[in-house]
Formats: sequence, structure tokens, C-alpha cells
Amino acid sequence: MSTLKDGRMAPHESPAAGRRSVGVDVPKSDGEKLVRGRPVFTDDVLPSGCLFAKVLRSPHAHARIVALDASRALADPEVVAVLWHPDVPQIPHTRAGQSHPEPSPWDTTILPTKARFVGDRVAVVAAETLAAAERALELIDVEYEVLPAIHDPAAALDADAPMIHEVPDPRGIAKGGESNLAAMIDVQIGDVDTALAACDHVIERTYVLPRVQASHIEPHVSVSWIDEDDRLVVRTSTQVPFHLRRILARILETSESRIRVIKPRVGGGFGDKQEMVCEDLVAVLTLRTGRPVRLEFTREEELIAARFRHPQTITMTTGVMNDGTLVANRMVVLADTGAYGSHALTVQANTGQKVLPLYPLKHIHYHVDSVYTNNPISGAFRGYGAPQGFFALESQMDEVAAVIGMDPLELRRKNHIRLGDVDPVSARLNEGKEGLARTVNSSSLEECIRRGAEAIGWGATPAPTHPRFKRGLGVGVAMQGSGIAGVDWAAATVKLNEDGSVNLLVGATDIGQGSDTVLSQICAEELGVPYEKIIILSSDTDLTPFDVGAYASSTTYVSGGAVAKAAADLKNQLLTIMAEHWQVNLEDVRFVDGVCMGPRDLSLDMGGVAHTALYTAKVQPAATASHMSDDSPPPFSAQFADVEVDTETGQVFVRRFVSACDFGTVIHPKLAEGQVDGAVAQGLGYALCEEVLVDDEGRVRNPNFLDYKIFTAMDMPLMEVIMLETEEPSGPYGVKAAGEVVINGPAPAVVNAIAAATGVRIRHIPATPERVWRAMHEC
Amino acid sequence: MKLTLSLNGHSTELVAAPGARLLDVLRDAGCTSVKRGCETGDCGACCVLLDGEPVNSCVVPAAFAADAIVTTLEGLNDDPLMRRLQDCFLEAGAVQCGYCTPGLLLVAWQRLREGGELTEYDVRHAMSGNLCRCTGYAKPVRAVLDAWEAMP
Repeated sequence: MSTLKDGRMAPHESPAAGRRSVGVDVPKSDGEKLVRGRPVFTDDVLPSGCLFAKVLRSPHAHARIVALDASRALADPEVVAVLWHPDVPQIPHTRAGQSHPEPSPWDTTILPTKARFVGDRVAVVAAETLAAAERALELIDVEYEVLPAIHDPAAALDADAPMIHEVPDPRGIAKGGESNLAAMIDVQIGDVDTALAACDHVIERTYVLPRVQASHIEPHVSVSWIDEDDRLVVRTSTQVPFHLRRILARILETSESRIRVIKPRVGGGFGDKQEMVCEDLVAVLTLRTGRPVRLEFTREEELIAARFRHPQTITMTTGVMNDGTLVANRMVVLADTGAYGSHALTVQANTGQKVLPLYPLKHIHYHVDSVYTNNPISGAFRGYGAPQGFFALESQMDEVAAVIGMDPLELRRKNHIRLGDVDPVSARLNEGKEGLARTVNSSSLEECIRRGAEAIGWGATPAPTHPRFKRGLGVGVAMQGSGIAGVDWAAATVKLNEDGSVNLLVGATDIGQGSDTVLSQICAEELGVPYEKIIILSSDTDLTPFDVGAYASSTTYVSGGAVAKAAADLKNQLLTIMAEHWQVNLEDVRFVDGVCMGPRDLSLDMGGVAHTALYTAKVQPAATASHMSDDSPPPFSAQFADVEVDTETGQVFVRRFVSACDFGTVIHPKLAEGQVDGAVAQGLGYALCEEVLVDDEGRVRNPNFLDYKIFTAMDMPLMEVIMLETEEPSGPYGVKAAGEVVINGPAPAVVNAIAAATGVRIRHIPATPERVWRAMHEC
Repeated sequence: MKLTLSLNGHSTELVAAPGARLLDVLRDAGCTSVKRGCETGDCGACCVLLDGEPVNSCVVPAAFAADAIVTTLEGLNDDPLMRRLQDCFLEAGAVQCGYCTPGLLLVAWQRLREGGELTEYDVRHAMSGNLCRCTGYAKPVRAVLDAWEAMP
């Protein structure tokens, strides 16, 4: 790939000339131990004498926990402890797992005095065996004062609605916590009302998005113990080890120095493991009993008491001229944050900030009410508000195109954001407050649309495979960010060993996406040493420097920046050492392909350099660097679905799916493709079958993988991934991000394809057979 | 309850609590490749071979394994066909978080051992009881086909 510093698309020729690690499909750094099934996950190794914890959960959606009698449970000699709210510190906090200062409201305590949803924590048990802990749950007598509950977000702000949070310190709750409004955003750019009045057409539509769950196959699981220095150790399946340490220190009334958080391999996270759902409970049990404690969610608990993508109702109002010029967009969102305000503000901020800039109009109005209900808790899930927003925006674009009689791709081409454009929203809205201006400095979006359309055969829909099927093509375009501008930062440490190998210590959190591999590649490339020489250790708060963790598509862009800087620093140290050793001028020493070259025929490989440093100069070459970016360059995608609809049953079959992507430079092509494959699978589930159903009393009706249906190998369409690399000036080696952008397109692409096939518009997903059939039969 | 079985080629005596599931006794016996994902037989992370057939060990009572032949990934790590599959998984980029990988490898190994023609549909069918949330199945399916194509 040629290096185009102006951010235009470069021809896809990974790796770029002269690169040996970046752009190469090197072996995944943790691959071998994973395919061998070695004990590398949290639950695979338990300390001896470990107790097993279980959570007693509320059967009521809203109830005061008045009294609790655990005497029958404790009569069992295998039951060691039962804790409820009087037994633990009642320090308000949020379990959202975010950076300091935390944008989510501090509306939570470790064990609450009032249950706010069916499944809320009431008590926690530790026993010698899991069976004994499970038995104990049946033997705890709780007196509840049942309160009226709200399950309909539209009713949460009614004057007579019961208050879900009456907290003494309503820090972070909208309007001082006077209502069930957890968070509110209202941002206007230009003057939407006046602009709409002058448009040829004004199109208003409402879209309804379901509650869905991340469904990482490894459940939430944490183990804690007291080490030989009386410090609390928490080994846990988390995306945010350093935030966890900070939050635990505060709510346990201790200091960070007394806590060590270790992240082993993590069996998928997708945002759901940003949340602290087990760690505080094992910690209080270990502190109480002095014993190691392990808590793992069951799948049923995952689908009741973990976190969910926020259900939203979105009304889009778009003003357009007859020639397809978009003039104004208004997006009004009602979001259900559930029983606690975890990510109540920031997910909804993202729905506007990440989505609306795709069409950088002069007139944009974004309004959100994010409300408390007595429903399961919403939170972070891959895409972080953008999948909801892009479903609405990209459905709306097809509806607008239909009204003005324009090809939907043509409408997008005419209006989408381009290289050099200023995103009008980011300066006004970032993490729920004023942000930093963003200019698009790299983009192959036009090419993504062209190549994607070509691959799917836009304009030439294939024939249906059965007489009762109808077939159609649809598109969904999207953008995202690369980390949170001005907020996310990371550090990395490199240290050289005698044989020229390098320890790379990062706080960045590999949760399966492969960040250990990608960061090792960046380190190897920068130092000019073979990838195999990098020994990576990630995420142990005692051993690695700080990193905010794995979220917001930040790791390659932000943590990668820290690794590149640390490696460059190390290289400079080595040049100085060798210049002194050879007694030559510093400017005459350089590295070429990992070999240190001096004047005349002086040269030494990295092992020799290391030996010289350690045993002649007697210094440890090592460097720590930090990296933060004021930018969050957008990756782009254009995704296309080819679907067939069974007109008799309403069932939708996705036959082919094309994703054309601009992630900036691709460090590891196969891992990057894997991000697309997985995001498409999750996005198609969002489009067609995933929905956590909550009944009128707040109970989840389908808390298992039989009834909460995610895509299997049999459901997947034929997939094509097209990488159209660009060189992002602000990213190390020109990277942007890959983790989230591609989860946004599948749902609108599928629903637009259903509309193309049948003429029926599905505005409430998932597009289940029943919904599609009813829409076709208007009943 | 004491349980005698052949575990990964070795005659083994395990202790199982009343009502224990095969998943739990295998993990307690150190077979950590057997993963707990759903406990309702829906995800395939706990897949093992019971008398040669893939089963979800979370819904098999431990007592069912009495006098049976149980094989987990640990028992096949030295098998040449399994090694080829593992290499193909690594080569194809079929491993992301790796939590569902042992289950996928076992059902794929079993399917390849059955022999006969193998289409992409066959691979997807064989894997249909194993949920993976990371890969969209594209690369795992490719990896199994690669391993099949490389078979003598």
C-alpha cells in the first residue's frame, strides 16, 4: 500500500512496502493456548479453599427490602456467609466502568435497600460448594414492601409515576433527580424548524428498537482472594481492569494500593464486561470471610441481570429538496435505561454524535430523554447507541428516497460526509457535553459504496429461489469513532532482554478481539524486530501501566499510539547507548530492519545491542509512553444485504451480505475481517431475531439461548468483506478502528432489502416472521 | 457417588455429587477445555465425546458416564487430525476469544473422522449446535474445509 498522507484511499496491498509486521497475518499471540484448551480463563483456575457465591435476586420489579432472615440458610454448615444491605458499605456509585470523572449517575450501592427490577440484587451468599450456595437461596426469608412499578418508558415521566430513585446525592442525574429522567440531551445546530418549512418534502417516521443482549459465550465471572500481603486480588473477566480497581477502592473504603486486578483471557465482552456485575460482590465476600470467592453468572442471569443495548423509540424528521439535497434532520429519542442509569447519558449521546454526522447538514436537531423504568438495566453493547441511531437514519434515507423517487444509493452519494468535511455534531456533543471539533482526514466511503454496490449487484436483484419468495437488495451506510476524543488514553511499557526479545506491558484489554496481537505487531514494526520477539503481558494492575480498557473502538488507535511511542523511545535509547559504545556521533547511528548500523562497517543485531546495553553499558533499556488523541477519526462502512422473504410465513432469509470497510490501515487483515464477520452476525440477529421480552410485571420471558435466539452457523449468509484502506494521519501507521462501525449497517440493510422485496417497511425490529407477515397483510 | 470411566484414554475414578452434571465433574477433574456457556444444552461450549458421539455435557448427568468412554479436547491434543484442525483454525483466523473453540474443534474432528464428502453446508450443519458470538462462523467453517482438503 502506498502511503498517502492526505488520507485518500490507498490501493489494497497489505503489507505496505518495507513493513514486516504491520499488515501481516501473524500468528495470534494467544492462539495456541486457546486451541489447546489450556486453563486460561478466569474460572479455569480457582484458588484452593475457594467459596462459591450466588446472588439472591428480587422477584419484584420495585420493592423495599425491609427485613431479611438468613438463619435457616446459615444453619447449613456449608453456608459460610449471607450478606445484605446492612452488611456492606452504602456508598453511591455507578457500575458502568467508565473513566474518571464518571459520566453515569451514582445511583447504585453494592446491595441496595430497594429492588428496582426483577432480578435486582437482594443478598449474596458464599458457601463451600455451588450446590450449597444454590440451596441457601431458597432458605433466605425476605420481607418486601412492594411498590408500584413502571415498565413503559413513555409513562416514566408522568406526573403520578412512582419515583425509582430517591437518592440523597443525585450526582449525574438529570435535573437534580427530581423525576425519572436519568439523562437529557438537546442540541441544535442551525434552525431546523425554519429549514423544514422551506423544504420540498418533510418526512417524519418513528422507529422502535428492541432490548438485546451481548451474549458473550463466557459468562461474567470473577474470583477474589486475599494475598500473602493482605491485599485484595480480583481475577476477573473484564474490559476495564484499571477502572475496576479505582471503583472498588472507593466503594470498599480502601485505596488502590490495597487492590490488584488481573485480567486473564476473556471469552468475549462486547461492552457487557465494561460493567462491574460480579467483582464488588466477590470482593465484599472475601473481605468478610477471608476466603477466596468465585461468582459466575448463569446464562439466565446474563439475560436478566447483565446489561442490554438500550431500547429506543426514535422519531426522525427529514427535510429534503426535489433534487435529493438533504436540508435538515431532527432525531428525537426516548431511551429506556432501565432500573439504573448505567451509560444512560453517554450511550444516548453517541446515538446522535456518531450517527447524524454521516449527513453533515446545516440544520440538525438532536433530543434525547433517557428514562428510568423498573426494567432490566441497559448499558454498553458494541456500537454504543449507534446501532439504534443508524437503524433509524438509514431506514429514513430509504423512506426519503422512496418519497422523492430517487435511487437510495444516489441519495446517499449526494449527501454523505466526505474527506475534508467538518463533522458538525462532535464539537457540540461528546460524552453528553461539549466536545472537540472533528474533520474527516481519511475516508474511502465513496469507494466503499461503489465497490459494495458492485459486489452485491445493485440494480440487478437476483431471481427468487422459490415462487413464493420475494427478493430484494438493501444498503446501510455507517461511521463510528476511534476512541473517545480527549478522554481515552493509554500507556505502554517496553523492556529489552539479552536476546533482543522485548517485554511489552500494556493495560489494554484483550477480550478476544486480538489486541495483544495487534499491539505486538505495532511494537515489532516500530523496533524493526521480528513479531515473535515480542512477549506481551496485558492488563494486570500491578504489572502493566494504565489503560482505560477495551471500549469505544479505542485500542488499536489509542493504545497502539502508546505502544508506537514507547517503542520509538526505546529505539532512541539504544542509539545513544550504541553511539557511546562505538564512540561515534549519535547522528551516525541508525536502525535498519532491526540491525543497528554505525559508520564504516559497524553493525550489531538487536541481541547484540541488548547484550551491550545490559552487560557493557549496564543499563536496562526500557520506556513507558502515554498516548491520548484529541481526535476520534471515523471508520466507515457500506453494507449490503440480499434477502428473500417467504410471503407465506414472513420469514426473512439473508442470502448474501457484503461489507465494504474503511478502517484506516489494517494491522492484521484476518483479525480485522473477523471483526466484520462477528459484527455482521450480531447485526443480523438484531435485524431479524434477537429480542429480550419483558412481560407486564418486568420479568424476562426468554432468559435462555433457546428462546433468545442468536445466529448459528446455519443462519449466516454468504459473506464478502472488502477492505478499502486509508491512511489516517492521526493514527499509528494510519489506523482508525474496526470493532464497532460494522455492527451498524446490517439492520437497516436488511430492512431496506425487505422493503425492496415486498414494498413493506418494517420500522420495529427485529423483523420476525410474525412482524413481517403482519406488515404484508396489514394486520 | 464414585464413577468409573475411561477419560481421555485413561481408566479414571471420579467423585460426583448426587445430581452432578458431566460438565462439572470433568472441569473438576482438570478438563478445562470443557466450557460452561449456558447450562441448558443450547450453546455447545461444553461439548465432549461420549462413547464417540458429541454431547453437551451440561445436560448429561454424570452418572450417564459410568463405564463410558469420554473424550475431551485434552485427550485429542496429540491426535494428528486434531493438530491439523487446530493449525487450520489458527491459520484461517478462526479463533477470537477462544471460548467456544474447543467445542467447535470437537464437532469438526468428529465430522472429519466420519469421512465421506464434505460440503460447506455439511460443516455448518455439524457446527449448528455450537454458538460463537465472535466470528460469525465464517472463518471456523473455512478452517474445517481447509483441514478436510488437507486430509490424505
